[in-house]
Amino acid sequence: MTTAPDLPAAQTRGALMWKQARAMFFAGPVTSLATVVMILIVLMAVFAPLLAPHDPIRLNPAMRLKPPSDEFLLGTDAFGRDLFSRIIYGARISLAVGVGAAILSVLIGLAIGLVSGFFRGLDAVLMRIVDGLMAIPSILLAIAIVALSGATLGTVLLAIVIPEVPRVVRLVRSVVLSAREEPYVEAAISVGTPTWKILTRHLLPNTIPPLIVQGTYICAAAILTEAILSFLGAGINPETPTWGNIMAEGRVYFIINPGIILWPGLVLSLAILSVNLVGDSVRDALDPRMAKRGIDR
Amino acid sequence: MSEHVLEIRNLSIALEGNDAARVVKNLSLSIRPGETMCLVGESGSGKSLTSLATMGLLPKALRPTSGEILVNGVDVLKQSPGKLRDMRATQMAMIFQEPMTALNPVMKVGDQIAEVMEAHGQSRGDRRKAVLEIMEQVHLPDVERIYGSYPHQLSGGQRQRIMIAMALVLKPKLLIADEPTTALDVTTQAQVLKLIRELREELGTAVLFITHDMGVVAEIADDVTVLRLGEAVERAPVAELLRGPKTDYARELLSAVPSLIPRDPRPDPHKATPALSAEALTKVYSTKSLLGKAKETRAADAVNLTLAPGRTLGIVGESGSGKSTVARCIVRLIDPTSGSVKITGEEIADVPLNRLKPHRKRVQIVFQDPFRSLNPRIEVGESIIEGPLNFGVSRKAALEDAKRLLELVGLPRTAIDRFPHQFSGGQRQRIAIARALAMKPDLLIADEAVSALDVSVQAQVLKLLDEIQAQMGIAILFITHDLRVAAQICDEVMVMRKGQVVEAGPAAEVLAHPRTDYTRSLIEAAPGRHWDFANFRPVAETIAAAG
Repeated sequence: MTTAPDLPAAQTRGALMWKQARAMFFAGPVTSLATVVMILIVLMAVFAPLLAPHDPIRLNPAMRLKPPSDEFLLGTDAFGRDLFSRIIYGARISLAVGVGAAILSVLIGLAIGLVSGFFRGLDAVLMRIVDGLMAIPSILLAIAIVALSGATLGTVLLAIVIPEVPRVVRLVRSVVLSAREEPYVEAAISVGTPTWKILTRHLLPNTIPPLIVQGTYICAAAILTEAILSFLGAGINPETPTWGNIMAEGRVYFIINPGIILWPGLVLSLAILSVNLVGDSVRDALDPRMAKRGIDR
Repeated sequence: MSEHVLEIRNLSIALEGNDAARVVKNLSLSIRPGETMCLVGESGSGKSLTSLATMGLLPKALRPTSGEILVNGVDVLKQSPGKLRDMRATQMAMIFQEPMTALNPVMKVGDQIAEVMEAHGQSRGDRRKAVLEIMEQVHLPDVERIYGSYPHQLSGGQRQRIMIAMALVLKPKLLIADEPTTALDVTTQAQVLKLIRELREELGTAVLFITHDMGVVAEIADDVTVLRLGEAVERAPVAELLRGPKTDYARELLSAVPSLIPRDPRPDPHKATPALSAEALTKVYSTKSLLGKAKETRAADAVNLTLAPGRTLGIVGESGSGKSTVARCIVRLIDPTSGSVKITGEEIADVPLNRLKPHRKRVQIVFQDPFRSLNPRIEVGESIIEGPLNFGVSRKAALEDAKRLLELVGLPRTAIDRFPHQFSGGQRQRIAIARALAMKPDLLIADEAVSALDVSVQAQVLKLLDEIQAQMGIAILFITHDLRVAAQICDEVMVMRKGQVVEAGPAAEVLAHPRTDYTRSLIEAAPGRHWDFANFRPVAETIAAAG
């Protein structure tokens, strides 16, 4: 028998994961800043009751439309509610919608995409349904669903998730279509591995990296869509502090207190920008082809 | 001015300019006009980097740390990007391994050649004429038509001719060819090698030829430089190197080249049931179009074969011959259109997929690409025991068996919880073999299983397969395009072309005394067929010595 060759030392998994996390979240000054902003917004949402100086819902007609002061950091709105507190609480809804929409659309899309990519017979049917869904404009669908069944967090989520699912399905399906041609999948077939196990063990892990990236984009898009829906009056009821609701109410009083629109708008932009930037960085870290290469010319 | 077209002096290339991480070390070589220097080495020897450095195309992470590369007396390493651009195509030109990816798929090939001239300021009027002329010179047929063709409309050989035409259109003094025939079929390879030889003589071009194939070296080289891990270990005129290598490494490299002379026939076993038999096995691919008739491609056409336990049958053929189709039908990765496949006497060709599982364990397959045949995300032990677990073997027993198999294929038992990326190509191929053996199959199919490996590794894996066969008595169906490999491992050989069996019989018979023109042309195209590399002498002398 041939002699046993030397094997490289095993790398510890922890060290590898830490290295990868750093490449994803702290790749450069811009990414690091985005990560910090993202963390701050998450903390703001989680600890809203501790951070907010006032109750965000309690009406206080005596204090209508006050300019910024020591008591009301960013002033008050038309009902005398503290703008600063409302923005802090607004992060809760925005994040819940963003993260919820991302997780839901990824899970549903993953299941349909795996099946569609592996079973050629079902594929034709499923993809036509998906094509149909893609033709529906998301905001219109959202307005229709909310109008039919009332504005709750659940219906808003549903309205955002439905148009996102087809995109995830297409992504997963394309990954599965190319991965199923890999020799290691054929090897698994030839050792008699059952189909469900081939799907979960050999094909599913290939879809995770692109899905993480897609998830961050969905998250950012969902935060924006929720704000748009609230702004249009088709979102969660106006009492609940969401960034879109605050802006919608502030529209009328823009001349008196422009801060009612500007501050939540700023926080919204920062949140979306930071999520997208982190998403870009995660994509670069997971996809080596995106890494910058250069040749001397 | 020196009389050498290319002179490399003391060249070192290092990662990030870090002298400790040198990938090419103190390399020197020189080529005169009209001469061919072959750079030979296994993967990681730095042969391609040397050629890229000569073209000024090194990736940014790699930097030359010392030495000079003189092309007609001008040091390439000291030139500005602009000057380098001027030198490319006029002074030195390069052809690459994969002609499909080296050509722009959305541009007519004639225009691509003309673009080279345009970039170097030739007037529009002469361009078309000059392009047609150079296309004639590389023996392309019907040049007017091919001028307006796109790369996908041409064959691999024609594409490589276009690449050569593009490289030579401005009559450079130096042609760098980086594995230009590796992706081509043998008959096409022979033609391209002949063309390069011919053009070198006609134009007096110096050629720096990079290859891993000693057969190609014997065909084309004047001088040879053997590279190993970035260092030149030996440099000699080709005949001298082939007859008497001075260093151990060159000797090893040559000894590892399988001989074209078939192995001694093994005694014929007289067993009642063959491990594998196929009758009239046919696979038809048809593309239906809305208008017009359905197009049919007969990927395998009425193939008959039998293989006894403990024996090896080789299916030899060029790309598109249907040899892999036959293998995949037998493993039932694809469903045969018609015909019969029997494994140890039991019909499996028409068993529906959901009842195929009991038959799966009796046929196992090892694929060509060691980097894709193991799931990169799971430990090799898990890959090996996946099959046995499917058949109800307990996890503990399966793992024990996996360790034993790893030892059998020459890897340490501790390899079991490592990931595939921690192994080299040859080691991964051993793991793939262990995975196949874990099922205790009656038949092992090796689909180009050694084609992606370096020769020395290739020799080890072939030896391993031979040992396993002797120990376990399994039948091996060996699919290959390489006649040398077939000659060394097969008892019987079957030659396929365009889905049909051209010739079949004992290896010694088919390879030594081919009955059909096609087999003969395959053997004649095998590079270096006049050399018996392992014995350091021409085949004629070996035969004389034996006779």
